[in-house]
Amino acid sequence: MVDVTPGAIDGIPPAEVPEMDLYHPHSWWTKYVFSQDAKVIAIQYSGTAIAIGMVALVLSWLMRLQLGFPGTFDFITPEAYYQFITMHGMIMVVYLLTALFLGGFGNYLIPLMVGARDMVFPYANMLSYWIYLLAVLVLVASFFAPGGPTGAGWTLYPPQAIMTGTPGGQQSGIILMLVSLILFVIGFTMGGLNYVVTVLQARTRGMTLMRLPLTVWGIFTATVMALLAFPALLVACIMMLFDRLLGTSFFMPAVVELGQQLQTNGGSPILFQHLFWFFGHPEVYIVALPAFGIVSDLIATHARKNIFGYRMMVWAIVGIGALSFIVWAHHMYVSGMDPYFGFFFATTTLIIAVPTAIKVYNWVLTLWRGDIHLTIPMLFALAFIVTFVNGGLTGLFLGNVVVDVPLSDTMFVVAHFHMVMGVAPITVIFGAIYHWYPKITGRMLNEALGQFHFWVTFIGAYLIFFPMHYVGLMGVPRRYSELGDMALMTDSAHDLNAFISIMAFIVGFAQLVFLFNLVWSIRHGKEAGPNPWRATTLEWQTEHTPPRHGNFGAQLPIVYRWAYDYSVPGAKEDFVAQNDPGEYGAPGAHA
Amino acid sequence: MTVIVVVLMVVFGIAGWWLSQQRLMSKPWLEAGSVAAFPGTESGTMPMAKVGLGVLLAVVGCLFALFTSAYSMRMEYAAWSAPPVPPLLWVNTGILVLSSAALHCALIAARNGQAELVRLGLATAGLTAIAFLVGQAVVWRELEANGHFLTANPANAFFYLITGMHGLHILGGLGGLARTTSRAWQRDPVPAKLTLSVELSAMYWHFLLIVWLALFLVLAGWAERFIGVCRQLLS
Repeated sequence: MVDVTPGAIDGIPPAEVPEMDLYHPHSWWTKYVFSQDAKVIAIQYSGTAIAIGMVALVLSWLMRLQLGFPGTFDFITPEAYYQFITMHGMIMVVYLLTALFLGGFGNYLIPLMVGARDMVFPYANMLSYWIYLLAVLVLVASFFAPGGPTGAGWTLYPPQAIMTGTPGGQQSGIILMLVSLILFVIGFTMGGLNYVVTVLQARTRGMTLMRLPLTVWGIFTATVMALLAFPALLVACIMMLFDRLLGTSFFMPAVVELGQQLQTNGGSPILFQHLFWFFGHPEVYIVALPAFGIVSDLIATHARKNIFGYRMMVWAIVGIGALSFIVWAHHMYVSGMDPYFGFFFATTTLIIAVPTAIKVYNWVLTLWRGDIHLTIPMLFALAFIVTFVNGGLTGLFLGNVVVDVPLSDTMFVVAHFHMVMGVAPITVIFGAIYHWYPKITGRMLNEALGQFHFWVTFIGAYLIFFPMHYVGLMGVPRRYSELGDMALMTDSAHDLNAFISIMAFIVGFAQLVFLFNLVWSIRHGKEAGPNPWRATTLEWQTEHTPPRHGNFGAQLPIVYRWAYDYSVPGAKEDFVAQNDPGEYGAPGAHA
Repeated sequence: MTVIVVVLMVVFGIAGWWLSQQRLMSKPWLEAGSVAAFPGTESGTMPMAKVGLGVLLAVVGCLFALFTSAYSMRMEYAAWSAPPVPPLLWVNTGILVLSSAALHCALIAARNGQAELVRLGLATAGLTAIAFLVGQAVVWRELEANGHFLTANPANAFFYLITGMHGLHILGGLGGLARTTSRAWQRDPVPAKLTLSVELSAMYWHFLLIVWLALFLVLAGWAERFIGVCRQLLS
């Protein structure tokens, strides 16, 4: 491929930024393994994230076996159950969702969508993946360590996280967990710098910020948030590692354990909670914002209509990003905090509902009188809207201190966050994979298998998590491996638990069908052509499908319009690509 | 958590100011056409490495703000007695200032194309930075010899942790500085590349100096006293 600096075209001045020098691979190893091409890195990230995600899926099955049919499976001891919970939560939130949205979709889509040849620091980008892989391997290693992985709960609250009673607390489980998280943060920072600087500095000519597809806005804002929030996790992990390995008292109060006074004195477990949730709450939106962005593009493309309220959508993404840094203590209402403090955080929490509601209205208004194609990406996008509203509404319950206190630590909370940051982002991930798979491989995913996958996943997820709200309202606590003969528990709670478990198995198996579809369609899928969805954004206008190293042909595209020119009156087709210089219709006629 | 919230406000302020320059009020659906009609909205022209370093420094700033936040929160609880400030810390601070100044001289020399001076500045900066690290290690030994062990008191633990993290960042910077220095010693370095490289090193060095001064204020307890005075004035 030749790297050419384009000259003046149509009276547009030549680019002020010289074209970047691409690293050209010379061997199979540097092309496919130690690759510096963002597209290859994206696939590596996604593959690793999905692989470790499957481990987390199996862990959730094991948990459901125990909850649905307590006492039936001898190998699931209470300790093992804690380990399953901890690893399931941590893997899903950090190693799957964060890595897949930012490392996977971020790497693949940012350079293509902004019209760049690659990320701006390809070497750091490559390192980012390999450090992430190392973090995953360290995490996996803890399964084989003596005593097994940590069972501290995904929040790793001290002091219990590093004490004898907790699985892995005084063995290597917790150490490997902390080291893995530290590695993850370092790796992510390298990738994150790339995503941010690429959006800032490597946009092609004509791609103003307000012409960016919302996908890029979502991933960009989420990356900025992650860069600012992950240091809190890093600090918490380093300090806990000191407490565990060197015997300091950052988080460890004076403790009498098994009749023995420990050396530690005066540490503050609450300090850890503040640090953890200062990362933990933005993390929710680090996962949600890319989902918001991607779903906006899916809806506009598959409803053949420009996104309603583009400016509002951008402002809402930025606003949610900023607000999410001042709500963290709503995870700590029951930590004994000052009620005024709780009141402040309840207020900020409820304020976030405003920009979020704006986004939901805009999605719905985009659909209104649109030419809705019920393709599989669209089905998943619709599922996302419904699910996100559902999960968001229970969030309003839990955001209020007085309602949260009785519901705290019940299955209601589990149902809430699984709806809002489990099922909702995952549906977007599925929708996005069905949408961009043709660009990545050149072939469509199988439609029938996709329909099966969608309906089983969507209905099944509701059959799992809707009853869970009721179970929670009945007072079933989370983190209990077994309810036992508690007099308070009605038979219906036990029956619902068994039902949820069976549904969890069915939904889990539907994901295997999806994985089969992913692999099978690489060879046997229908030929997709360059732009099967007739979409406007730049990744569909590449010279080759799948795009080659360098993304675009000899010349980078020049952008003439925003990303949502669908059904423009007077245009030849019902979409106008972003790099189409033509003028159609009266300005604003279609707005 | 006040410290980190204040630092975040600053970061958000800068980001908000930049965003306000980007025509966020424009209506992109009405504005099809050549970009030349919308000046000032293109990708930035600043070197990418410089923007990247700027973002990295924001992250590093957050990291140290979080350590400081944790420090100030932990201070309020029981069993806190801050270790004394060894006088050697003053010397170390002076050395770090010297290092930053040397790098700044190197930057000016690089802009003027004085290759000899660049080399001198870079070498001085590197050696003084190493001297700073050695000085910090001596401070640790001194504190330990006087019985201020890591585990003796949370304040001690914070002292070792925070100075250690700062030292690690200097160490990482030394790696970058070594690359810049080797570039300066090449037979005929490309002036623009060398200047950028020196500029990035200087940026990082000045930033770490400011971070160190802030940490020194906090660790020595002056920041606490200053806030106390402010509180009294306000109430």
